[in-house]
Parts: sequence; C-alpha cells; structure tokens
Amino acid sequence: MSSAAFPGVWEKKDLLGIRDLTAQEIGLILDTAESFKEISTRDIKKVPTLRGKTVITLFYEASTRTRTSFEIAAKRLSADTINISVATSSVVKGETLLDTALNLQAMEPDILVLRHSAAGAPNMLAKAIRASVVNAGDGFREHPTQALLDMMTVREIKGELRGLLLAIVGDIAHSRVARSNIYGFTKMGARVRVVAPPTLIPKGIETLGVEVSHDLLEGIRGADVVMALRIQRERLQGAFFPSEREYSRFFGLSRSILEEAAPKAIVMHPGPMNRGVEISPDVADGPCSVILDQVTNGVAVRMAVLYLLAGGSRGEDLH
Amino acid sequence: MRTCIRGGRLVDPSQGLDGPADIWVKDGLVESVCRAGSTLSGVGKEYQVLEATGMVVVPGLVDMHVHLREPGQEYKETIRTGTMAAAAGGVTSLACMPNTEPPVDHGAVAEFVLRKAREQGHARVYPVGAITKGLKGEALSEIGELKSAGVVALSDDGRPVANALVMRRAMEYAKGFGLPVISHCEEPALSGHGAMNEGEVSLELGLRGMPAVAEEIMVARDLLLAEWTGCHLHIAHVSTAGSVRLIREAKARGVRVTAEATPHHLVLTQDAVRQWDPDTKVNPPLRSRRDVEALQQALGDGTLDVIATDHAPHARVDKEVEYESAAFGISGLETLVGLTLMLVERGVMDLQEWVRKLSCNPARILGLKAGSLAPGSPADLVLLDLERSWKVDPAGFRSKGKNTPFKGWTLKGQVQCTLLGGQVVYRAGG
Repeated sequence: MSSAAFPGVWEKKDLLGIRDLTAQEIGLILDTAESFKEISTRDIKKVPTLRGKTVITLFYEASTRTRTSFEIAAKRLSADTINISVATSSVVKGETLLDTALNLQAMEPDILVLRHSAAGAPNMLAKAIRASVVNAGDGFREHPTQALLDMMTVREIKGELRGLLLAIVGDIAHSRVARSNIYGFTKMGARVRVVAPPTLIPKGIETLGVEVSHDLLEGIRGADVVMALRIQRERLQGAFFPSEREYSRFFGLSRSILEEAAPKAIVMHPGPMNRGVEISPDVADGPCSVILDQVTNGVAVRMAVLYLLAGGSRGEDLH
Repeated sequence: MRTCIRGGRLVDPSQGLDGPADIWVKDGLVESVCRAGSTLSGVGKEYQVLEATGMVVVPGLVDMHVHLREPGQEYKETIRTGTMAAAAGGVTSLACMPNTEPPVDHGAVAEFVLRKAREQGHARVYPVGAITKGLKGEALSEIGELKSAGVVALSDDGRPVANALVMRRAMEYAKGFGLPVISHCEEPALSGHGAMNEGEVSLELGLRGMPAVAEEIMVARDLLLAEWTGCHLHIAHVSTAGSVRLIREAKARGVRVTAEATPHHLVLTQDAVRQWDPDTKVNPPLRSRRDVEALQQALGDGTLDVIATDHAPHARVDKEVEYESAAFGISGLETLVGLTLMLVERGVMDLQEWVRKLSCNPARILGLKAGSLAPGSPADLVLLDLERSWKVDPAGFRSKGKNTPFKGWTLKGQVQCTLLGGQVVYRAGG
C-alpha cells in the first residue's frame, strides 16, 4: 500500500475508543478501509503488508464474529496471529489482566486486540505495555471497530454521514456499540436519536449530543439509518422490562414500523440478533437490511486499523 | 521529667486559645499552658525542651473512621503499621472499624484489638463494635459485652444495615448503653454493583453507577429512626448535596445527629475516575462538583461536625485489577493534614474550625479524653509547619496501603512532630 493516498497520518499508539478520535482520524480509517476492501474480493486474498508483525487477540468474553473478523483481517495482511480465549476474567488473587499482558508483552507482539467485560480494561493495558492495543469491546464502554464498520457501511450507501439521522433502538444503557456509534456519527456530522424505554437509557445521555425518544414510531420518524441493538435476555426478566413480549410489541422493528423512517432508510444490527424480539425476520432479511454488509466491512475496517497502528500511514517499510 | 514545648502558636479551641504559648508536660499529661517565654514556678533546671518556634501546636488529631484490617487482613495493614501511619498523619487517637476477620462483634475481638494496640500501637486505638453479628445486618451483636470490652460506638461500616427494623432495634438498644450508632448510608439495592458515582462520567466510562439517591434514601431513613428512637446517630462519610440537605434539616429539628466527611470527598470529583486509576475507587464514590461544593459549605455552617479519613488500606493485588473489580478505599491517614489544610488555605474554614473538625468534635462525639490541651489532659499534640510544601509519595507511607489518588500531589502544610502522652511518636524526616 502507498501512504500517499490517505489524507493524514495516524499518530496514536492505540485504538481505545471513538471518543478519543477526531473526525479527521475517523475519516482516515474509513478511507483506508475502503481501499482495503477490494483485497477480500480477490482470488488470492492476501497482501504482504504486515508480514513479520504479530497480532494477538485476547478475548475475555465470548465472541465469534469480532474475533474471527480480527483474525481474518490480520491474516489477509500476512501478520502472524495468535488467539487467546480466557474463560473467566481475572480475579483478585489469580493472575491479573496486567500480569497476563506483561507476560504477552515479553514475547514482543506488535498489536494486542483485547475484548474484556470490564470497562477501561484496554485503557489500563495500553498504559502498561508497549504494543498497540485495540479495544474489541470493553464492558458497556466502547466498541470502536464496530462503530467504524457501521460508519463505513452507511457511508458506502449514503455517500456521506453529514446531515443523516441515525436512530439507535434498544438497550442503550448497557451497550458499548451505542456509545461508540453516538460518538462516531455525531463527530461526523450526523444526528443521533436513541429510542428505548427510560429504564434502558442512561441518565444524562443528552450531554452526548443525542435526542431521546421513548416511542418507537416517533423515534424512527425520518431516520435514514435505523440500528437495532441486541436485547440481552437476562435484562428482560422484569428488572428493566416487564417481558420479552412487551418489549417486542413496543420496541421491536417490523416492516410496518419502518414505513415511518425516511425513504430508502437502511436497517442495521451489530449482531447477534434475537429474531422476533428486537427485529422481525422480514426486516432482518428484507431489502432495507445491510446487516451482512456490516460484517463484510468489519474485515476491511479491522485491516485498516491494524495497518494504521502498525505505522502504515507513516509510509514505513512494512515489507 | 518535664518537657516544655516552647515558642509555638497554640491553637486550642477547647480553651479558646490561639497565640504563642509554652506547654509544660509532666507524666504524660499537660501540666500547664503558659505565656510564651515565662518560667513555670517551682521548676528547676531538670526539663527538656521541644522547640516549636514557627510551628502551630494543636491537640492530637482524632480520626474517628479508620480501618486497621487486623485481625484477619494483616497483608493490607496491621495495628502497628496503621497507628504508625496515624502518628505520621498527626493522629493520636483513632476509632477503628469492626469489619475485620473475625469482625469486632463480640468482646474478645475488641479486647484483642485493644491489647495489640497497647503493645504495638503508636496511637490510642478505640474499637468500634459491629451493630450486627458477622456484619450480616440480621441479629444484633452482644452490644453490652462490646461496651464492657471498650468499644466507643457501633457500626457495620462497609455494609449498610439494609433492614429498617434491625436498625430501629440497634438504635433503641444502643441508646440504652449510651453508644452512638455510626451509619454507613447506602441502599444496597440501588447502588447495586456500581463502581463509581452515577452521572455523566459513569455514562462516558461505561461503568455501573452508584447514584447519589442510594445514599440519601438511607440518610433519610436513619435520620427518621434517630429522631424517633432518640439514639445518637453519626453519619459516616457524607458525600452528596442531598445528604447534606437532609442532615441540615434534621439538625434544625433537633435530631441527635452528627456527621463526617472525608478529605477525598471534600477535594476530588468523579472526574478523577477518567484516569482509570483504581485508587480513585472508593465507597461512597467520588461525586460531582456540585456535591463537593455542598460538602465544603456544610463544613463551614456546622452541618458536618467532623473530617475523618475512612483510611482504607489495600494491597496492590486488590487494586491493580480492572476498575470494576478493584477494592474500594483510599489510604488516607498520611494525607489528612495536607489535604485539609488546603481547605483552610482556600477559606473553607479557619484554623480554629479545622482543629474542631479534626480533634475536638470527634473526641466529644465518642467521649474520648482527647481534643484538648487544657491542664490535666493527655499530652497528645501535634506540631505543624503550615508553610512547608511536600510531595505525596506513597512509597514513603508508614501505612502498608499505598492506595492514594493523591500520589504526586504537592500539598502545603506538614506534620513536623507528633507527641503521644508526652512521648515523640513521629518526627518528620526521622
């Protein structure tokens, strides 16, 4: 790859969240991702860009999509990848996350991709080790590569993000995807509206520059992009919500509801979906759905992130 | 052998004194407080002098909220290291909380703490007994036996007494023994598994929040129970503007309530958590700017009677983990003076009031022989250099707990010397 094609140079050691990024940096990642997307359509889906680099994925939470996506991204760039899944989070007297990270650091990886149930775990790690840290989701805080692939998908279809209205429907309170997308879309000039019952919206969310609606019809009215979030079933057992049935009745996306959205509105979901709860099957598989495009773009975005963190935009010789 | 603490500025609100004075000490007690430079009649040449020129001399500080961790968690702190930290912090009397292993829920454990403190202590130690057996919030502990063993108050600190009936009975029963009940006010169902204050910063950091209202609901409940039962209620570590308002109203109604705040709640806001430093994790959590301002105002108007550290030492292994898994607490004894003198410097209170909050008032609340340098009092006193700036370096702490969010801060005002019963138990640089 030539660095000359990209508007700007990546300076950060880590990718910990979208909140830390400028619109310029987000644009740089999205532009880079677009140029990488073509590689995945080739017969031989591999370039030597990150040959000799080592990428470790360290997952403290179950994940199929994200871990696989990172691994494929790294492999298509010829990096060596090692995947570590840890069944349980660190406990007080056992090996701590920090111990684990320092041990891995001693083996000199270039990039560590971390998913962890504890918010801030990647921030703590990034301070402690030399390798670049990519946050692949930390607690309820951020999931930056998900927001990047969402922005890439919308940009591909709509041309640009500025002026669009994004409606995020679902469990905003417990969603790192929601937080990262709120930061990302607002930085790129889009309007964001969150739609959920008050129990699933954190107090003070307005301070992030979003509109709030507790009514699905009103909430998605005029939206160019409707994003449904996965509802964790354990949150449906009475404390946040009376029942699954009531949730899907008042906040489930159906084809008829979608008529309230803007013409040519698209529907997104970060997966995995609860079909029939937050999204009806005819919407998930219907013409408005770009859910599988999101997954495809996930690989391109992660290739771009790994490339930039490895120094790609500085024109360093990565061969 | 007499000692003369000579040439200092004595600030002792218990005697209405603020000015140069010589303090004569004999047999561990204050013998006389004299005009500076005068000679005590009947004293020969057989005395030693402790030079205090340029210093402020105050009664030894009384910290009514300390966790010494012994017995059971000696890897975090011991009675020896905790009282050494106290001496270094200018604290000569402290009340230690009962959440040890085993907890101080029967007389033998209180006696153990007192014996250890007599043998190894560098400060006077007054145990607080548990309100309920095992701190479980269910059955009352043997409060009479605890009182006989020497406890000065009751608390399930660290855990709220969730059941209102248990709290009612505790207050009624404690009143019969003349013991104050110290309440850790937190509605556990509302604070849940929170790691920090619920608000704009928890929203940003994706951490579960402990809302202010979880504290305030319990403050309101316990104030009502205290009003009804007539028990002396002391509210520990007040942290919210709403709690301040409730306490202020209750005091105006004549409820027997006293209250404390910690230095960290008076100085830090929730913004500190953005650094992801687990040493900022504390219960109650660091709150908003508005709450901090309300606490400072409450110090000034007397709604808050006491500043106490809630000294909660932890080992690195308890803190160097993910923020949400880290233990709650701040090692506070050795930054008490520096942080609170900062509030004096900022005009939140004057030096007389500072001595009241840190010495006279807690001594009165717990009924201790402390908080005064009137003749006949124990010669527990502190020499302070108000002008000296120093940098907080946890590596130099006497406490085993190095967990402080103030590491690297430059504070002005330092303990130069601490005397316990006339004996030097701490000297700066020594």
